[in-house]
Amino acid sequence: MFVLPAPSDIAEAFFQVESQRWAGHLWATVSIALQGFLLSIAISIPMAMMMVRSRFLARTLYPLLIIIQSTPVVAIAPLLIVILGTGEAPRLVITCLITFFPLVVSATTGMLATPPEMIELSRSLKAPVHKEIWQIRLPYATPYIFSGLKVAITLSIIGAVVAEFVAAEQGLGYFVQFSTSYFKIPQAFAALFFLAAVSLILFKLIQWIQKIGFAWSLTKTEL
Amino acid sequence: MRHCVEFSGISHSYEKDNGEKVLALNNVNFTIEQHEFVAVVGPSGCGKSTLLRLLSGLITPSQGTVRIYDQQVDGPREDVGIVFQKPVLLPWLNVIDNVLFPVKHKYGRITQSHREQAMALLTMTGLEAFAHHRPDELSGGMQQRVGITRALLLDPDILIMDEPFSALDALTREQMGFDLLVLWREKPKTVLFITHSISEAVLQADRVLVMSERPGTLVDNITIDLPRPRSLDTLQHPEFGYYTRVLRDYIYQTDRVAA
Repeated sequence: MFVLPAPSDIAEAFFQVESQRWAGHLWATVSIALQGFLLSIAISIPMAMMMVRSRFLARTLYPLLIIIQSTPVVAIAPLLIVILGTGEAPRLVITCLITFFPLVVSATTGMLATPPEMIELSRSLKAPVHKEIWQIRLPYATPYIFSGLKVAITLSIIGAVVAEFVAAEQGLGYFVQFSTSYFKIPQAFAALFFLAAVSLILFKLIQWIQKIGFAWSLTKTEL
Repeated sequence: MRHCVEFSGISHSYEKDNGEKVLALNNVNFTIEQHEFVAVVGPSGCGKSTLLRLLSGLITPSQGTVRIYDQQVDGPREDVGIVFQKPVLLPWLNVIDNVLFPVKHKYGRITQSHREQAMALLTMTGLEAFAHHRPDELSGGMQQRVGITRALLLDPDILIMDEPFSALDALTREQMGFDLLVLWREKPKTVLFITHSISEAVLQADRVLVMSERPGTLVDNITIDLPRPRSLDTLQHPEFGYYTRVLRDYIYQTDRVAA
């Protein structure tokens, strides 16, 4: 037997929940997702810069990153809650863990893809290595970093929801779990559509930021 | 005598990725006087680019010394400007910021006088209207003009040009050649010009160095005694045909010997 609510049931469930309640859950999820995403950027870009600067760091950090990435975050989540408590901290860490890998990889790849002539230009000016990285490699990596950001922003919603599944009293992920356990399936579906819509909007937001602030980095097809 | 550039006993070998050692240059000796325009021609892979990198201080020779005004070159110098084969413009900066990039990269700060200087150079190279355009909005020839303008910004004594027009179509290439003649007359520099084109070398240079197949060594040093200022008419000069003929013979001869 299948239990699949009719679209009209889902719509009805959507309006049955007060908008204030939706807003509360929505905000809880989005704020964790965005904070985790920003934290992830703050960690991964400097990390990529360090790995580009030092081969030793690259060789020691990369295997570690791959190990972290290949450990299922869903499996670590309950442990993190035990370790860090039930506040916002574990939820941020979970979101961060799930988003930072594509960012590190895309930023590193972009910086290493800098044409050798540009590096020679920098060397011929006797510029210190940190200027080579800040003024040439990092800007060159912009289109790569934006690809990473687009992947990471959608992952940040997934991270926030995973964290809410484990421990939360608010948020769309929590709401889906809570509704399902009370067999309010249409309500759970309504929350699901919300999650998809939020993901889409955040993705578009990244695209918009790239278009407004970094138009040069868009390829002709992306325009 | 104090030469502007002096290569004495230069040999250079480098290691390929598979660890194999390649001798790129073998006992190269030559000098360049101040404000002399010297072109280097030779078959592909004869170490022309190695020559350039040695003079720019990007690499140091395995043997011998490179000197600029009697000073040994042991690293990049401020009085040497480089024009690369490709324009190597930074796509996130507009034209004038690309021209100013060496100043920003080296000193961290761009002064008003640098800005004025950059604008004056752009006017000279016919790019003033494009100062605020992005590089990808420019044609290949214009992009390379920006590359040349950038190399001139710090007003180097020595300008190294590595096949600067080789990526351009034939017509643009010719036009750029004539423009370079005018530019060099207005702003005399000591130039080391690497090229594949014999007629380009004869048109531009006071002297042409001919290199052999790898390991590259100098096989001749031909003074081009064509009157200056040179222009389109130079191409019709009887001596022009003579020089290109002589050079062509050299190139094909060295090719045959190698084969």
